Amino acid sequence: MSNNTNRRDFLGFTFAAVAAVGGAASLVGMKQAWDPLPSVLSGGFTNVELSGLKAGDPATVMWRGKPIFVLKKTAEMEKSERDLIVGSDRFIVAIGLCTHLGCIPAWKKQTWKCACHGGEFNSSGKQTFGPPPRPLDLPPFSVKGTELVLGEEGPEYKKLDAFLKAQV
Amino acid sequence: MAKIEKANSLGEWFDQRLNTTTFTKVMMTEYWIPKDINFLWAMGVLLAVTFKILVITGIFLMMYYKPDVNLAFDSVNYTIMQEVAYGWLFRHMHGVAASVIFLIIYIHMLTGIYYGSYKKGREMIWISGMLLFMTFSAAGFSGYMLPWGQMSYWAAMVITNLFGGIPLIGDALVVWIRGDFNVADATLTRFFMLHVFLLPLSIIGIIALHFYTLRIPHVNNQTSEELDYDAEAEKYLAGNKKESKVIPFWPVFISKDFAVLGIFLIFYFYLVFFHYNFAMDPVNFDPADNMVTPAHIYPEWYFLWSYEVLRGFFFDIAGFKAFDIGLAAFGFANVAFLLLPFLDRDPDILPASKRPMFFIWFWILMVDLIVLTVYGKLPPTGPNAWVGFVAAVAFILIFVALPIVTKIDAKRRGV
Repeated sequence: MSNNTNRRDFLGFTFAAVAAVGGAASLVGMKQAWDPLPSVLSGGFTNVELSGLKAGDPATVMWRGKPIFVLKKTAEMEKSERDLIVGSDRFIVAIGLCTHLGCIPAWKKQTWKCACHGGEFNSSGKQTFGPPPRPLDLPPFSVKGTELVLGEEGPEYKKLDAFLKAQV
Repeated sequence: MAKIEKANSLGEWFDQRLNTTTFTKVMMTEYWIPKDINFLWAMGVLLAVTFKILVITGIFLMMYYKPDVNLAFDSVNYTIMQEVAYGWLFRHMHGVAASVIFLIIYIHMLTGIYYGSYKKGREMIWISGMLLFMTFSAAGFSGYMLPWGQMSYWAAMVITNLFGGIPLIGDALVVWIRGDFNVADATLTRFFMLHVFLLPLSIIGIIALHFYTLRIPHVNNQTSEELDYDAEAEKYLAGNKKESKVIPFWPVFISKDFAVLGIFLIFYFYLVFFHYNFAMDPVNFDPADNMVTPAHIYPEWYFLWSYEVLRGFFFDIAGFKAFDIGLAAFGFANVAFLLLPFLDRDPDILPASKRPMFFIWFWILMVDLIVLTVYGKLPPTGPNAWVGFVAAVAFILIFVALPIVTKIDAKRRGV
């Protein structure tokens, strides 16, 4: 092999190394440009007063652009390990997006029915029909007196979250 | 360098510098097309023209459209529809062309399948064509988001959520694609970029590739006869036009294309002026609301068949979640056509009419696609869910059966 070829190979390899480093670095930059912005990530907390809710009629509140269902159960509704017990009342707190593809199920005859692909969830947020792969998701929350704070991870949340994780 | 002399005309001046004579010959006047073809071979030119309509009307829409969640809906439904001179026309032309282009793409594809134009030297034509189908689908979806109505929003929600089914990275990927925890301003603006820049650019590039892949193996013909293009071209150039089995692309073949194009454009503008509503869903005239899902959502007609494959699996089977099965089936539906040249095990190119088993296979596929399309629009309840399930399973079985079906045909012919 002549000296010239070696030099040319060397130039080729150095260029490949420079290009690879630059290419990889720009990919990282481009990936991060698509990440949620800091202002989006720091999106706020939502407070919900539980004492004013009517039993059997779920309230829908917005948290980080997502609907959250808060249902105060009536005495006839099934009891579930997922119930959040505040005082003598049982509540179901769930992200109101179908776990199939994210449509908002509507409350009809004691169940949440999804119009998109026919999924159904019972009053405890458990899937009972159609394609949803898991129960309605649990948003992080904490309880302060009779107030629910969405966005914080309180001990009640950790207990219910552990229960739901154990179900899978 | 070419010999430069004083040019006697502008044409000659360019010819000396760009060799336009040779270029015209290679691409037009000596690009040979078989004579034995029918109007179905005109779909390529129809697609090129429809794409051009989309680009031109898109340019005019883009001058008034605002990719911002607070402004998008009004910029379309008030500014473009009511204030801009002929804004309504550009919007309806763009919307109807986006819908009709899929009709022509499907005719183009099914013609290729029927006549066996995807195999034995023509694989790259087929694959580049399927890449165009995928990029056009992405362009259709991203464009549908832009008016920021209820259908725009919820279609974006459902489609971006599909990526959540990817193992391990799914949930993080969905947030990354959206740039937010749900479909929001960041999502709209980045999909606007994709729709008006990156996807059209990719489409133009792949169209160039698609034309290139066609140039060497040439188009197929109605009987799949293998032509000696050099010999046939020689006959034609010697003046033996009647005996020659080929004609030049320009000006002979294109003249018939223009006739078909004329009929198509009359049909297209009839839709634009009198039936544009089929491409303008009334639900999408409600502004996007992330707290209310419309009572019944469905994609545009051209996505219904794959959508029905996705939701056809509505119950868990053998421990697999319905969602994962549906998603896997949907993924399969989107690559199945791409694999066609390799699933077809018959070594010969022949039209379906000369391949008895394949002929049946082709029409079963057509019926299944129609059933999937019809049921994709209906609410997924009661018997509809079961029809969807059967049609979705059938779709998969149809492609699984193809290697066997084509082998049987080949065996019967003794090859």
